[in-house]
This record gives sequence, C-alpha cells and structure tokens, in this order.
Amino acid sequence: MSILLQQLVNGLVLGSVYALVALGYTMVYGILGLINFAHGDVTMIGAMVALTSITALSGHLPWPAAVALGLIAAIAVCMVLGYFIERLAYRPLRHAPRLAPLITAIGVSIILQNLAMLIWGRQYLAFPALLPQTWFDIDGARITSIQLAILGIALTIMLILDFLVRHTRLGRAMRATAQSPQLAGLMGINANQIISITFLIGSALAAVAGLMVSAYYGLAHYYMGFLLGLKAFSAAVLGGIGQLRGAILGGLLLGVIESFGAGYIGVLTHGLLGSNYQDVFAFFVLIIVLMVRPSGLLGKPAADRA
Amino acid sequence: MTGLALHHIRIRYGHLEAVQGVDLHVGDGERVCLIGANGAGKTTLLKAIAGLLPVHAGQIHFDGHSLLRRAPHDILRHGIALVPEGRGMFNQLSVAENLSLGAYTRTDPLAVRQEINRIYDSWPRLGERRHQPAGQLSGGEQQLLSIQRALLSRPRLLLLDEPTMGLAPLMTEAVFASLDMAHRDGVSILLVEQNARLALAHSDRAAIMETGRILITGASHALIDDPTVQAAYLGL
Repeated sequence: MSILLQQLVNGLVLGSVYALVALGYTMVYGILGLINFAHGDVTMIGAMVALTSITALSGHLPWPAAVALGLIAAIAVCMVLGYFIERLAYRPLRHAPRLAPLITAIGVSIILQNLAMLIWGRQYLAFPALLPQTWFDIDGARITSIQLAILGIALTIMLILDFLVRHTRLGRAMRATAQSPQLAGLMGINANQIISITFLIGSALAAVAGLMVSAYYGLAHYYMGFLLGLKAFSAAVLGGIGQLRGAILGGLLLGVIESFGAGYIGVLTHGLLGSNYQDVFAFFVLIIVLMVRPSGLLGKPAADRA
Repeated sequence: MTGLALHHIRIRYGHLEAVQGVDLHVGDGERVCLIGANGAGKTTLLKAIAGLLPVHAGQIHFDGHSLLRRAPHDILRHGIALVPEGRGMFNQLSVAENLSLGAYTRTDPLAVRQEINRIYDSWPRLGERRHQPAGQLSGGEQQLLSIQRALLSRPRLLLLDEPTMGLAPLMTEAVFASLDMAHRDGVSILLVEQNARLALAHSDRAAIMETGRILITGASHALIDDPTVQAAYLGL
C-alpha cells in the first residue's frame, strides 16, 4: 500500500509540472493551431534563470525571499521571451502554410538551447541546497515539503487559469479568438493582443514549471527542455489538445503513469526492463490512448472543434 | 460629411475585380438597402467596410474619419458593426457569452446587463436558452442573437449581410422587426438582402448592384413602383 501511495504522490507531483507546461502548448494550439515546439525550451530558460538568481541571492537573503525573487525573475524573462518569440517568429508567418511556423518553432527551440548553452555552459547546474528538507508521512508514504509546495502551487495556478478562461472577459475573448479570429475582430476584439496575452500567460506558467522541476530534481541543464517539452506536449495531446482541462488531466495522468511505470516495470517484466524505461512507458500509453481516442481523452471529434 | 461615404471603391480578389468603382452614402439614421443578384459584389462591399477585406482603390469615410487600412476591431470601435453572412455564431459559447462578446468594447457593465435582460424579455427564446451553446439555436434564433449581439456594441451604423437567408416567414418578420426597432433608436442601417420586396419596404433608399457596379439608386418607395426594377428584381 505504502509503495503504491508513494508512486501516486510522486506521479502527481511530476504530473502537475507536466500539466503546467502542457497548458502552454494547449492554449497556443487552441488559438493559433500551432504547436509551439519552443515552449519546452522556454521552460528550460525559466529553470536556468530561477536557478541562477536563487544561487546568486542565497546567502544574502533568507531562502523564501531568494526563491520568490528567483521566481519573479524567471517569470519576467520567460514572458518577455514568449512575447518576442510570437512577435518575431510566428506572427509574420500567420497566413503562411502550416508547415512554415512549425519548422520555425523547431528553429526557435534550437536557438534557445544554443543560447542557454552559451550563457550557462554544457554542464549540469546544481540547485542550491537551501530549501528545508522536511517531510510528512501518510500511511507509510513520504511527501516532502517541496513536493507539497509543487502540488499546491500548481493546482492553485490551474484553478485560477480555469476560472480566468471560463468566467472572465479576457477568457471569453480568448475562446472567441480560438474559434475565429475574424469573427472575434467583429466583436471589437484585437486578436493579436489576445494572442500576445496567451503567449505571456503560457510563458509565465512555463517559468513556474521550470523553477519547480529544477528544485525538484536539484539540477538544470540547457537540454532539459527537450524531453520535458515532449512529455508536456504528449500530455496535452493525451488530454485532447486545445482543451485546458485536457492538458491538466493529461499532465497528471502522464506523471502518474510514468511513476507507476518506473516503479513496476521491473516486476512486470521480471527484471527484463528497468526503471530507465519509464519514458518509453509513458509514450507507449500515449500511443494506445490515441489509437482508441484520436482526439484525446477530453478532445472533441475533429469535426466540431472550434 | 456625416454617415458612411464610399468613394470610387474598387476591391479585387487576385485578378478578379469584384467591386468596380462604387459610390455610396448612408446618412445619419438612414436605412439603405443593397440589392442585386448573387456575385454582384454586395457581400464583398460590406466586408470591406467592416475591415475584413482590403480595398484596392477609393476612399471610405465614416463621420469624416477614413476607415481604410483599419482592422475590424478598430472599425467596430468607430461605431460600425457587421452582422455577417451565415450569422457568425460562436457555436460552442453560450447565448449569454455571445451577447457579452457583443458588448466587449463597452465599459459600462451595469447598463450592458440591463440591455441583455431587455433582450431576453423581448426574445424569450433567447432568454430560456441563455446557458445553451449558441450552435444549438435554430437558424432564426441565431440570426436574432447575431443582430442583438451586434447592437450591444452600440453601433451608429449596422451592416447586415443577408439576415433573412433560409429563415421561415415568421422569423423573417422578427428580423425586420428588430431592425425597425434599432432604426427607431437612431441606428443607421446598410442592408444587403435577397428578398428585394422586403428590403425595399424596410428602407429609405436603395441601391441596385450588378457585377461590381451600382446601376440604380433611388428612394425605396419609388423603386418599388419602377417597372424595370419590378421586372428584374421583384419578379412582377
């Protein structure tokens, strides 16, 4: 029981980070029909900025202040980055064939990785050991204070975002623009402004996720955005891309699947495959789900999607 | 000059010139209808006024401001709202959300709420279905919703593209009733309509368009009695 619960906790923590990144993919896809492959690398930049600022500030400030300032710095940098990526790389291609912005997105991803390598080097950076190492025992499973913080903050952000999109003027404008930018324009909505805001929000979420993942694993690396982005994108597809709640469900599910996969794959295959196959396991489940439901768990059939 | 003034408007789709030098004026509080066969360029003209299509040559002024090279959201803020062909519903958004979007540019939420409640009172079917997706309404209900949504932006000029297309007679009447109501509130109207008889009956002036040009303009009541107009457009 306790191992099961432990895997579930670990999976939900990991999954809530995936979900935050997946929301960025799904919001942009919902509005532009574009898969922003650079989003994983924006998350990486967020992790790098947070880690570097917290390292620089620790020793001068108490740890909560250092972490808060590091988070603010990461959010600010990622928002500026996301804004300019859209303005410079995607907006000029708004009416180009769909393949063009997709290739550009991959290009932006490579640029960000190389930029990060130039700034921070090729080595793994260690997250400063300043967070308190406390934990709680629940029925034999151990949840650390970092895990608890990640879960709590991620869920709070998701609830706020869900409310924003469903019940506010901005959210209505976002959903209207997602259905038809032209029609939204006739309502007086400036679609370009809404698209910029979408990138700003997605990038801020990526920054938070970047800090979380680097604090959780205790390190950051210029290439970390690739696999993280791929998994978050898969999570968005799993839940039904374009659907906010789908991204949340898909992220949490992918985290849990991965965690259980890593925990039990050795037992299931009598030791043939080890926990290093956890990534394969997650993508295997993704393929199975998409064979049964091509539009994802919460996705609507392609015909009546906005 | 107040109102909407089009001056030698030309609009092209590639090499095809859909509108070939149109002059048109819609005065303050005036109702003008644009009739003519399919492909005459009526929809193209409305879309250009609303900013959805670029104008190749000519001038568009509204209350003295040029509307050329302005985005649709900007033109709406100048007081021109378009009820597009096919109703332009946000299908998955509720009736209430569609109406709220109509009032997107408004900054007086209390008055907006009152106006939306008045819409529900006047059109109970919309009120009953306010939380349902707009895509589930009947065609006529969607058309009424589209018109009321456009009026919520408090436009001074309302452009309508074939608002009665495919509607049952009762719904067609309701559409014209809501246009008459808007007109009494001081809204100018530029109406593109297939049903020439109804359009002429509910307008002050009419322009007849054919292959990208305006052939005849005149007072609507005079055109109704014009034998050539009767023969060509009223099927008499």
